[in-house]
Amino acid sequence: MDSHVAQLQMQYRNYILSLYQQGFLDDQFTELKSLQDDGSPDFVAEVLSLFFDDCVKLVGNMARALDQTGTVDFSQVGANVHQLKGSSSSVGAKRVKGLCINFKELCEAKNYEGCVRCLQQVDIEYKTLKAKLQDMFNVSVIIVHMNPVSVWDDFNKIILGKE
Amino acid sequence: MASDGGVSCLRRPEMINVGGIGGMESPPLDVDEVHVLAVDDSLVDRIFIERLLRITSCKVTAVDSGWRALEFLGIDNEKASAELDESSSFRQVPVVIMSSENVITRIDRCLEEGAEDFLLKPVKLADVKRLRNYLSRDVKLSNGNKRKLPEDSVSVNTSPPLTLSPDSSDSSPPPLLLSSDSSDASSPPLSPVESLSSPLSFPLDDEDDDVSTESSPTPEESPVRRQKMRSPSLD
Repeated sequence: MDSHVAQLQMQYRNYILSLYQQGFLDDQFTELKSLQDDGSPDFVAEVLSLFFDDCVKLVGNMARALDQTGTVDFSQVGANVHQLKGSSSSVGAKRVKGLCINFKELCEAKNYEGCVRCLQQVDIEYKTLKAKLQDMFNVSVIIVHMNPVSVWDDFNKIILGKE
Repeated sequence: MASDGGVSCLRRPEMINVGGIGGMESPPLDVDEVHVLAVDDSLVDRIFIERLLRITSCKVTAVDSGWRALEFLGIDNEKASAELDESSSFRQVPVVIMSSENVITRIDRCLEEGAEDFLLKPVKLADVKRLRNYLSRDVKLSNGNKRKLPEDSVSVNTSPPLTLSPDSSDSSPPPLLLSSDSSDASSPPLSPVESLSSPLSFPLDDEDDDVSTESSPTPEESPVRRQKMRSPSLD
């Protein structure tokens, strides 16, 4: 049993590291994690959940704004992009944030085709991140279930360098 | 109206009668505790800044717009410019701006207009801790004319009484207003107190010069720290 747990823990560690290495997360995610403690054990999950709700809402707004048969209100699209850029920045969703930066420029240039393409990328990107983070949480739940030692201890050791 | 964000720290919330939203009773704060009014249109950012402030032992009220901030402070929007006169206790409220836009000219303008500090988003715990330490010290505004206020004198206050007492003790830190930028793209930034006193919307520039995908600058490069080094009176 121990070797299974150890193996899972290693996979979990590698998984987290890969999310950083592949640019899905940046150090703001580390900052977010550091705000969680025993008194607020669900903080990260809560914030991420709100973030993904935000993504759904804002992407929907942008899609509607771009779907106008008449003149597209690019400032309206841009306002939503700005919101998404802000929240993705706050949670450390690095790729989503990066896309939003490009998206803003496209809105300012009133580049319709570019905006539509970028919105599609944003949609894919936040959903990908959501799936990856969900995997991460699922694995952490399994590990916790198998081994009472908190998986966040592992996280802290790897990412924050604490022992 | 354009949405914005901010944090206002009220020294004696138990004395506030917020008639606009049915009144709010708060237990008296400890002498070292500060009450911060956080204003941000983003729910994610509100939750985030709330957590940062709670960790640093602030009492927090988070609202989603400048209108609600005025409502919380008990300022009647119609009479806002008249109520906030030279002697208003709201002049005691320090303002700190939060923005994701790392544009030095804007930051300087915010500080020149009377903001006490500027936090670059994404905000870190260290930023809030620094502010908290700042608030705990015996800080007084170095220049009483630093903030622009309307020329009109105060008229009769017919709105529900706002009994926020200005702190007469020199040892009490002034409250803090921390304001985040908005998503509106139309107008140049207003000074924090101007925006507080004006019934107009709170438009701030939506330009984003942050083309870098890097995360927030190192502490040495932080415009706030740079500004603080230039202006020792802010310490």
